[in-house]
Amino acid sequence: MSEQKKHVADIDRSMYDFKDKDTSKFKAHKGLTPEIIRKISAEKHDPAWMLDFRLKSLELYNKMPLPNWGPSLEDLDMDDITTYVQPDTKMKGNWKEVPDDIKNTFERLGIPKAERDSLAGVGAQYDSEVVYHNVKDEVTKQGVVYTDMESALTEHEDLIHEYFMKLVPPTDHKFIALHGAVWSGGSFVYVPEGVHVSIPLQSYFRLNAPGAGQFEHTLIIVEKNASLHFIEGCSAPKYNVTNLHAGCVELFVKEGAHLRYSTIENWSKNMMNLNTKRALIEKDASIEWVSGSFGSHVSMLYPMSILNGEGAHSEFTGITFAGKGQNLDTGTRVVHAAPHTYSTVNTKSISKDGGACIYRSGVEVRPNAYGSRSSVSCESLMLDAKSRSDTVPVMDIRNDDVDVGHEARIGRISEDSIFYLMARGLSEEDARALIVRGFAEPVAKELPLEYAVEMNNLIKLEMEGSIS
Amino acid sequence: MSENLIEIKNLHVTVEDKEILKGLNLSIQKGEVHVLMGPNGAGKSTLVNTIMGHPKYNVTSGKICLEGKDITHAKTDERARRGLFLSFQSPEEIPGVSVENFLRTSYGAITQKPVKIFAFKKELENTMAELQMNKSYAERALNVGFSGGEKKKNEILQMLMLQPKLAILDETDSGLDVDAVKIVSKGVEKYKNDENGLLIITHSTRILEFVDVSQVHILVNGRIVHTGDRSLIDEVNTSGFAKYETAV
Repeated sequence: MSEQKKHVADIDRSMYDFKDKDTSKFKAHKGLTPEIIRKISAEKHDPAWMLDFRLKSLELYNKMPLPNWGPSLEDLDMDDITTYVQPDTKMKGNWKEVPDDIKNTFERLGIPKAERDSLAGVGAQYDSEVVYHNVKDEVTKQGVVYTDMESALTEHEDLIHEYFMKLVPPTDHKFIALHGAVWSGGSFVYVPEGVHVSIPLQSYFRLNAPGAGQFEHTLIIVEKNASLHFIEGCSAPKYNVTNLHAGCVELFVKEGAHLRYSTIENWSKNMMNLNTKRALIEKDASIEWVSGSFGSHVSMLYPMSILNGEGAHSEFTGITFAGKGQNLDTGTRVVHAAPHTYSTVNTKSISKDGGACIYRSGVEVRPNAYGSRSSVSCESLMLDAKSRSDTVPVMDIRNDDVDVGHEARIGRISEDSIFYLMARGLSEEDARALIVRGFAEPVAKELPLEYAVEMNNLIKLEMEGSIS
Repeated sequence: MSENLIEIKNLHVTVEDKEILKGLNLSIQKGEVHVLMGPNGAGKSTLVNTIMGHPKYNVTSGKICLEGKDITHAKTDERARRGLFLSFQSPEEIPGVSVENFLRTSYGAITQKPVKIFAFKKELENTMAELQMNKSYAERALNVGFSGGEKKKNEILQMLMLQPKLAILDETDSGLDVDAVKIVSKGVEKYKNDENGLLIITHSTRILEFVDVSQVHILVNGRIVHTGDRSLIDEVNTSGFAKYETAV
């Protein structure tokens, strides 16, 4: 049976596991020194203040300890991680001009097709640099800026200077300090006041080089009464060495604006995914996070919403699926920092084959946030006795006039449910898969269609041969 | 070729090492309706769950044949594909899976043929209307938040859609109000024909209003101790099982 499982797991990842030959143009030496930072900075033609920022971040990184909580990071040896890998191409605005091997990678991941079918703009990052960026004319005409961070640093330096790592400062934790020092690539989006971008923008991050890190920075500013749906996808082929992803996402949602931020992360199972995401939500503005975590060896991911203005609203919907050898520590944080702010958290996790899902959340209601409401619900499903699931919900409530609810459920698939479905002709495998799909359904329906289909296929494949 | 739909011979069943069925014999022919009665703990649910192949029930000897084929150790899904159906006493709730989606999956699994989606939907709607079920139930998650009566109607809906050869109703009428029993009884009448069979566990005649009962069995302490006609039901309801229990 375990033979078959292996076979299935191989098929399962085949869509992501193809690797291209490493043809990178410039690679930083492994490990980290000020010299390497200077070299990366020079290669990227940073302004002086950015080089300065990088060097200060590096100092912080060297001083700060590893987190003393959460999953073990002992497999991570920074001296073995290459922090900067420049693909041998300049960024293009037309897929035809992207080198064939890189273009084929994105073709196989379905990105150009999705762009033609359902997206207003696409950015594609390969290792450390964005290799493709394109936006539909009508979106550009609305005054929307959607470009890679490097171009933004040249063309919109004032904006970047004003916002870059102000919401997530490098002092926050060790890996965000690292990010501040070596960040490269990522997307910049600016939606002007009152503009509604009716179809989504999507950035796709692909890490090809073995033993490398990806440190993309995504900065999105949605001005007053504007709206946007942004989709982020990530994947990498499997190598025997550890890869590191320590990206940063900063989202500024201004008064009355709305942002929907969807992520499907399917990193290979040698990836340490230590990603930091944060949103600042102003008066009457709202954010919807939709987050699917399926890949990586270890993940620590807790997107945070700061409800900074009266009437601000956040909604977090997440699903985590941990299989063999995976320890996925995910969740969310919400800070109610203004009166009458509202948050909803709804997460599901599935663990199987010895995988571990840890749900961690923090809801903080500040003294001034009277009249606020928060509702947290987390549900876990363990598919066998080897797997693990924990929930660590923390609530810090500093005033009396709030309405806070929390609900947690951890369960297994009951024999009786399987029997019921089998009594209606379903095989045991199909019965289990149907129950798991049903469990995931409330999240699946929030995902962009192609990702929902992908998630269902993933569950089906993961469930095949899972009967012992 | 025998006309036997199901034949159970000398069936011994244990649950967690305790013997519940102790040599049970029962056969049902095509076109017949059998009623099974017995005191609590006699083994009624053990029998129906064993017929359906619940892994908790362990057959230590004897056998079960469906249309002449030995299914004593067949998997539950194979039994369903061969035409067995159990209307559960407490149907399971399956979140996130709609009634329609579930029934379509089940129908496809049992017939082993692709399901014509629109024709199926039409038939589902018609059948639901006959059972006076609101159309919106097709979109709702299977049994989640359903009342007891709605769950039982949903079982009968499945029976009508799947058209099994032998349907076993495990106390489908218990907990239903008068109107609901009437609707369910109509459903049973609609299902019944000369080619299929029914095994009904019940305490009353209410669900049998529109069907002819072939035989009534009294199950006590793991064995069928008496078999009679329809009048036996009223007798039991008046006098109870005491006389059969002391006979054992």
